[in-house]
Amino acid sequence: MGQLIFETVLNGLQFGIFLFLVAAGLTLVLGIMNFVNLAHGSMFMMGAYVAAWIFEQSGNFLLAAVVALPVILLLGIVIEYLAFRTIYARDHLDQVLATFGCILFFNQMVLVVFGAESQEFKLPASINFPFPLFGFTYPFYRLIVIIAGILVAVGLYLAITRTRVGMRIRAGSSNRAMIGALGVNVTALYTIVFGIGAALAGFAGIMIGPIESVESQMGEEKLILAIVVIVIGGIGSIRGAFIAAIFVGLVEISGRVFMTDILRAILEEEFAQTAGPALASMMIYILMAAILFFKPEGLFPARTG
Amino acid sequence: MTNRILGAAAIAIAATAPIGAQSAELRIGFINSLSGGAAIIGKHQLNGWMLGLESEGWGKNGDMLGGVPMKLFTGDDQRKVDVGLRAADKMLKSDKAHIVAGIIWSNILAAVQRRVIKARRIMISTNAGWSGMAGKSCSPYFISTSWNNDQTPEAMGQLINQDGLKNVFIMSANYQAGKDMANGFKRYYKGKVAGQILYKLGARDFQAEISKVRAAKPEALFIFAPGGMGVAFVKQWAASGAGKNIKLYTVFTVDHLTLPPIGEAAVGSYHTNYWQPDSDRPANVKFVKDYMAKFKSMPSHFASQAYDAPRLIAATLKKMGGKFSEGNLLAFAKAMRTTPYDSVRGSYKYNVNGFPIQNFYKREVIMGADGKPTIVTRSTVFTNHIDSHWEKCPKKNRYPAQVSAN
Repeated sequence: MGQLIFETVLNGLQFGIFLFLVAAGLTLVLGIMNFVNLAHGSMFMMGAYVAAWIFEQSGNFLLAAVVALPVILLLGIVIEYLAFRTIYARDHLDQVLATFGCILFFNQMVLVVFGAESQEFKLPASINFPFPLFGFTYPFYRLIVIIAGILVAVGLYLAITRTRVGMRIRAGSSNRAMIGALGVNVTALYTIVFGIGAALAGFAGIMIGPIESVESQMGEEKLILAIVVIVIGGIGSIRGAFIAAIFVGLVEISGRVFMTDILRAILEEEFAQTAGPALASMMIYILMAAILFFKPEGLFPARTG
Repeated sequence: MTNRILGAAAIAIAATAPIGAQSAELRIGFINSLSGGAAIIGKHQLNGWMLGLESEGWGKNGDMLGGVPMKLFTGDDQRKVDVGLRAADKMLKSDKAHIVAGIIWSNILAAVQRRVIKARRIMISTNAGWSGMAGKSCSPYFISTSWNNDQTPEAMGQLINQDGLKNVFIMSANYQAGKDMANGFKRYYKGKVAGQILYKLGARDFQAEISKVRAAKPEALFIFAPGGMGVAFVKQWAASGAGKNIKLYTVFTVDHLTLPPIGEAAVGSYHTNYWQPDSDRPANVKFVKDYMAKFKSMPSHFASQAYDAPRLIAATLKKMGGKFSEGNLLAFAKAMRTTPYDSVRGSYKYNVNGFPIQNFYKREVIMGADGKPTIVTRSTVFTNHIDSHWEKCPKKNRYPAQVSAN
């Protein structure tokens, strides 16, 4: 039992860090640019697809990851330039419609270009083996995901708090009109922010693609979870996204593992089997509702923290 | 002037007159899920279906199938019930199809079959094995070239008994088919259930569940995880190292569609299926060879059962002397249930509800000589396995009235 709890915490941590990678880009774009980008999940998917394709051609995972990342950054910048730049001034519903259209476009595009089958994206045994850890084995690659995610989180934190671009981003999230008046090129700043957001989603796709299944529509479910994370964390706050992501990850994973057993203690077997998974999948939404009840702006509203 | 008008009228009338000498044209509608999630299954079904038609000499509209000119219509249900119903309505009403074939998902079959059968046309399922169709909704207008949903997991329960395993953990997706799979399995499995997880439909990360399975220390894990879920699960199972002490048994999870993206991780796992990809039966050898030549990939059971459907239609038409009566499609539907044909799975009989009475095999994933994983048949789990729902089929809807398995 002790081992299962330890493993579950580790799983929750890994899932949380992955959620942070997806949510960080979304919170930047929504918080700083006030732009609702549903196509964020598509950037996640494209990251996985591009990396899978390069991996298939080269057989080198590191190369695939290193090359796919700037490709998605560029893709984000191109989409921002071609499509989204024109709709910043529109209201949120227009943005939802336009970016939802992008989801449909990318989902169908990968079907046309890569075919309907899930892509072959298999990690080499050298980085994906059962790693002995305190008397049990844990997939080594998931440990890499945890470390890479923490490095990205630290890097992002330093970039935003310690660099000039980061300062402008923070300023932009506090008062858009003012930094424009002070002579900051807001258009260029938005392009950079959008590109970074896309690259973060792409990075999450690159990291998680080989574990899960690289296929059309893989981004949508992650998008929903990412929205939950940024709403809990406070829109626009990287720190909030990180803490909320870890929190959501732990709640989600432990709910999946323990909820049925907990219900079994108080309910009949048959009912626990049905209610357990249902309740487990609702946990994070219940959590979100509870947090919003007490802190309507989320845990770390960007404007104050 | 009058003559010219009369002349034109005569020609016009002549052109609309029926041409009595030709036998009636057969019109078939083929509905599949060709877009949306899991479009790959639709692709394999369509490939198999078209290849089956080709093997009977049919290449384009107007060509003969079993001695009758045949016209084909295809539709895409996008894995949605309402879209499937619209496609079926179009085929029944404007295309005047005699047969509606295809259908991958049980919920779509449940809706579409009602329209088709009400219109007294023939419904052929090339995949969906909805249990209602085998039981209380059965109809002589229906026939399946695949299986009833429960048969494959029933074979799995039996296989685990045969393999002498007595403590098994069950995992399946939390929706109707997932529960059916678990129940079908338990109907035959005699040992102890170490634990059961109903995971979220569409899940892609199973590390939490794998930890839980490992903590329960079962001898084997039985899992139902179709499509992308299975791809993700089997890869993660291998990476976790849990497979070292726990054997992996799957249904509708590892097959020729999912094996390429799963790869080596599936090696050593077992599953049950009615189709033997490595059978040396001539019909099967030809099917696999033609499929590989045309589509450059190994066929799946989805392709094989769709390949069989047009061959059954052609064999029935031939038996009826290249004729069929538009007004009496029931006779044609009934004839299909008793006409032997050269199925890739070998000969089999039809149960009273139109579902095959067929063998199920234990299959294993091994590393092939070319360094790529491949699926081989190990043993026969069930011989002439009858589905467990036919007794619920009303007597008046049964055809043939009685069936002996051999």
